[in-house]
Amino acid sequence: MNLWSIAIKSVKQRALASALTSLSVALGVMLMIVVLVANGMAERMFVQTATGYDLILGPKGSQLELVLTSIYRIGVAGEPLPYRFYRELTSEAGNRIDRAIPITMGDVTRQGAFPIVGTTPDYFVLPYMHEADGTPRKFQFRTRSLDGKHSGEGLIRNPFDATIGAVVARQNNWDVGAKLKLVHGGSDGHVHDEEFTVSGVLAATGTPNDRTVFVHLDGFYMISGHEKPLSEAIAREREFFGNVSEESLQALEAEKAGGHGPVPEAQKEITAILLNIKGEIGEKVLAESRLMSRLNEGVQAQAVKPIVQIDRMMQTLIGPIRTLLIGLTSLIIVVSGIGIFVSIYNSMADRKKEIAIMRALGARRQTVLTVILAESTLLCVVGGLAGFVLAHLLILVASPVVAGYGLVVDPWTFTWGELVLLPALIALASLVGFVPGMTAYRTDVARTLSD
Amino acid sequence: MSLLLENIRKSYREPDGGSLPVLEIERFELLRGEQVALVGASGGGKTTLLNVISGITTPDAGRVVIDDTEVTELPEPVRDRFRAERIGFVYQTFNLLPAFTALENVLLGMSFSRGRADRSRALELLESVGLSHRLDHRPGQLSVGEQQRVAVARALANQPSLLLADEPTANVDLANQQTILDLVRSACTTGNVSLLLVTHSNDVAGQFDRIERLDEFNSPAAVNPGTTP
Repeated sequence: MNLWSIAIKSVKQRALASALTSLSVALGVMLMIVVLVANGMAERMFVQTATGYDLILGPKGSQLELVLTSIYRIGVAGEPLPYRFYRELTSEAGNRIDRAIPITMGDVTRQGAFPIVGTTPDYFVLPYMHEADGTPRKFQFRTRSLDGKHSGEGLIRNPFDATIGAVVARQNNWDVGAKLKLVHGGSDGHVHDEEFTVSGVLAATGTPNDRTVFVHLDGFYMISGHEKPLSEAIAREREFFGNVSEESLQALEAEKAGGHGPVPEAQKEITAILLNIKGEIGEKVLAESRLMSRLNEGVQAQAVKPIVQIDRMMQTLIGPIRTLLIGLTSLIIVVSGIGIFVSIYNSMADRKKEIAIMRALGARRQTVLTVILAESTLLCVVGGLAGFVLAHLLILVASPVVAGYGLVVDPWTFTWGELVLLPALIALASLVGFVPGMTAYRTDVARTLSD
Repeated sequence: MSLLLENIRKSYREPDGGSLPVLEIERFELLRGEQVALVGASGGGKTTLLNVISGITTPDAGRVVIDDTEVTELPEPVRDRFRAERIGFVYQTFNLLPAFTALENVLLGMSFSRGRADRSRALELLESVGLSHRLDHRPGQLSVGEQQRVAVARALANQPSLLLADEPTANVDLANQQTILDLVRSACTTGNVSLLLVTHSNDVAGQFDRIERLDEFNSPAAVNPGTTP
């Protein structure tokens, strides 16, 4: 018999107490792993989603709000930018820009109130995020309905095409060929008459794109009421640029004459521009800072790095909550450890004679100490492994539920924190087993046997 | 020579701070393979003497030599290992581990020596004490006589050179007393193991060629006149 089999025997002897103390460790470990995985999800959701674009250009105001609105579709967009700003930017800085994607927002779907994003097909060309190792994640999509009856020409190729995220498709039961109408984003809840047709369905990305409906920018502007009244648009243009374009003046003349043509540029507005810069890392950083300082010195627009804003948010808002949760779950594990200590310590009075017998048979003091430490290690490690399995089973069961919220969770993805748990549990076991172990170590053999 | 005690002194501290002498032995010898009955009054220091011989208790002074090894000079961990390998112990109260089966109790006896626990030897020993049909029974499932037979098998597990038996028949019913005694003695004879058997029974002691009365060679009162061990 080795020391482990002696320890196992002793644990079995107190099966109920051992099972309960191990269970408490298992629950603590399970909670901690769930927190770690949830934290990983939050990081993926916030940090990695922010890695899709180098810069976001938008109106002056809160930098974080601009990022949350344009990438995460959280909150209400600020005063939009004139479309002319986008055109001039791409022509001025065109040689340094890889892609500049305008987006405009405000409306929602009638079913499910999913946000509508008006954009260009380029949106789907860029990766929607980068993995931690830098691997780009690109959109996957289908343009054919599951029943094979409908097929689109591509993603938002025509003005009244729409591409829907995976969650939108599932929750609204929409597929390629489905028709949808938009509800005006203001407080009036007006339903626009124009109808869009789903031409593509995106595969799940685990990002806010899953809960978004994308329509072509041109179609967005063609919806009645989306064009800014011309007089207001010209006033805004003058305020923004200090002058009014020739095209705007011509449009004003045409309106006075009662004519009606395509929506002039002055009446088009955008919420933000998602920007990727060309070149190697050094050139990119230089171009980004030049553009940021040029825009941020002005009073009309700003350029922000989404990753910086999200990092800051994670550190200031989510970071402390994560630390608090990990702290609390660590405390649960420590309390479980104290439970193991109490269980073993209480059993020492009954086991004193057993220890004395082992010593009389020739077991050294260190040997009986090791047996007690092996017991506490067994209880901690078995509890920890059970907690590990329970946590991943819980995540497996919960993953279809959270997938409904657009979060992709792989139940068999493990975090670094989980690797730290095992040595931490062994350290905890040594700590809680030490005091009862020392009681065993100090057992007076002759006196105990004569008692 | 199997066992030699020289100038052994042992006293216990009393609650009032005084000293209670228990052992004062000038010389005691046991030859290899010899079987000796040690008789003495209750409280006369018999158990203390066995504990001193086995190294469980250290004497205040004197030498304990077993098989040419001065046990009293050994550091505690080495003494523990020596006890595991060279000394077998049979107790009045059996001292079996209640959660362990008969076989596991014998294997446990082998766990603290240098060699690996030998399952086949454990089986052989249990068979020799007539318990091959009770291997998986826990002490609570065995009769008193059977428990003591397991204890005998455990004491012989490491092929000791010295077997110390502390009133091994005192808690056993009359029908089993002679069986246990015969078992212990024949096992010692077979293995050429020296036996020091403590008893207060004249019937038991009468079966031994050599009977030692503890009060004849132990005079603790001489250490501290006026006290009675």
